[in-house]
Amino acid sequence: MENTIISLRNAVVEYDGEQILKSISLDIIDKQFVTLLGPSGCGKTTTLRIIGGFAEMASGELFFNGVNIKNLPPHKRQVNTVFQKYALFPHLNIYENIAFGLRIQKLPEGEIKTRVEEMLELVNMRGYEKRSINSLSGGQQQRIAIARALVNRPKVLLLDEPLGALDLKLRKDMQIELKRMQQDLEITFIYVTHDQEEALTMSDTVVVMRDGMIQQIGTPQDIYNEPKNAFVADFIGESNIIDGIMRRDFLVEFAGREFVCVDKGFEKDELVDVVIRPEDIKVVSQDKGAIVGVVENVVFKGVHYEITVDALGYKWIIQSTMSEEVGSIIGMNVTPEDIHIMHKSEESR
Amino acid sequence: MKVSRTLAIPYVVWVLIFTVVPLGLVIGFAFTNPDGKITLENIFEMSDYMAVLFRSILFAIAATVICLIIAFPAAYIISRANAINQSTLIVLLMVPMWINFLLRTYAWMTLLEQNGVINRILGAIGLGPYQLINNSGAVILGMVYNYLPFMILPLYSVMVKIDQSVIEAAQDLGSNKIRLVRKILLPLSMPGISTGVIAVFVPSVSTFVISRMLGGGTNDLIGDIIEMQFSGNSYNPHLGSAMALVLMIIVLFMMSLFNQFGTEEDVAL
Repeated sequence: MENTIISLRNAVVEYDGEQILKSISLDIIDKQFVTLLGPSGCGKTTTLRIIGGFAEMASGELFFNGVNIKNLPPHKRQVNTVFQKYALFPHLNIYENIAFGLRIQKLPEGEIKTRVEEMLELVNMRGYEKRSINSLSGGQQQRIAIARALVNRPKVLLLDEPLGALDLKLRKDMQIELKRMQQDLEITFIYVTHDQEEALTMSDTVVVMRDGMIQQIGTPQDIYNEPKNAFVADFIGESNIIDGIMRRDFLVEFAGREFVCVDKGFEKDELVDVVIRPEDIKVVSQDKGAIVGVVENVVFKGVHYEITVDALGYKWIIQSTMSEEVGSIIGMNVTPEDIHIMHKSEESR
Repeated sequence: MKVSRTLAIPYVVWVLIFTVVPLGLVIGFAFTNPDGKITLENIFEMSDYMAVLFRSILFAIAATVICLIIAFPAAYIISRANAINQSTLIVLLMVPMWINFLLRTYAWMTLLEQNGVINRILGAIGLGPYQLINNSGAVILGMVYNYLPFMILPLYSVMVKIDQSVIEAAQDLGSNKIRLVRKILLPLSMPGISTGVIAVFVPSVSTFVISRMLGGGTNDLIGDIIEMQFSGNSYNPHLGSAMALVLMIIVLFMMSLFNQFGTEEDVAL
């Protein structure tokens, strides 16, 4: 049984007369790892701040377990936040930083000690109790910030780009650890990031946002395989986005010829965006290719080569394990299942 | 290393001429009589003025505490304003300081007098007149008014460095406003508080202009008595120096006590 723990209804946020959030409605399922994903300025952090109680809505409602908490100040909410810049208390040592919330609840000293140590264990920072926070690396500070928020046993943990300042290797490790913590503790994580890979790695549900509006809500697989519009397709990994015309159900015309596809329900001759993932394009010999073009550029990316092909007025991006010679003419094929058709919207282009 | 030492020479010369030598002269005067004999009688004579000394310290403490109570929220509000409002508010705070100190204190006289602006306004609505000047309240008001910026500025410069997310983190972890001030803002502002306390207390405890103009001769402070030893009828630089010396030692003692308290607070929290 899936319970909605947080429900945002028609949230509008204005700043200096400009709408930062344009009537957002969002249900967060209990015990899920939910990621708000989007480019900077899309309103994802503002959404998180509404839930934390640090941003005010011009209009809209916010429910927590069915209770409207719109006017509840931050210190009375059952959520805790891991801030982007850690925001540890510089005058307190690590033990006291983590114990801060418990001391406010006036818990007995023995319980505080047990719970702080439990948290230090959880974030792999045992033995650091007496250290000052200035003696820690960025990654260690981040762990303490997570411990300080989790020690209060919140129902929901809010994380505002918590790994943004860490290097790539550390970030990957922390992604796995955060996911493990979320599963072990069985609480809801709401995670803000602009890194699509991070979102796909950790989330149960991804909320893609843009310009103060939600573009798509779905599982990582949904978002990646069935993007709702060209913006989502482009933001979640690289995509080839080509103008096309939907001739009829299961038949689309683009790049000067007709292709069989698996999409239907469009109007006849509707102008559409055709989205094809770079890894879904097969390189074949010139005579076998549905599309023929000239190799313009080849970049080695480690796992694969990224090949740019000029064909029919578009720059096609292909990911292939085989390199091709620059200047050579190649054929390209794509199967019907890998052709994604999307309505054109003025928002997405 | 050598260059920086050379650059320090003007400062060392300055300190020698204007700090070390005058301090030596004060000590010399304090422990001699007009005949040039070494004596402790100037120090003993201080006992006649213990009441004034006590009053000076009391007034200065009152002014410092009031300044702190006003300045703490003011500095916090300024530090949380946006950049443009911050500089505007700081300039507004400084503008009175660019006007002559005597003139500002005279302005308070015309406000507080028996026929002054405040009493006339109150009179128009059928109140008063009240005795607003020539009492201890007026002297403390003068101190607070004149030295308040010295409390706000150091507090502001410390508070502006407190990241907004640290404040939000405290609220997020359950702090209401009172706990936020006690557990986060006060300890993090300690360096500004101790600077501000010294910057207000020291000029308050030694002022003589404010007490003379707003105290009406019945609220003389130690500064007035010292000043009289040098320019008044009771010319006696030996006694004046002894008083200045004792006052200095008391101030140093109080400041070191306060700093002790301040640093202990830091460690405890």
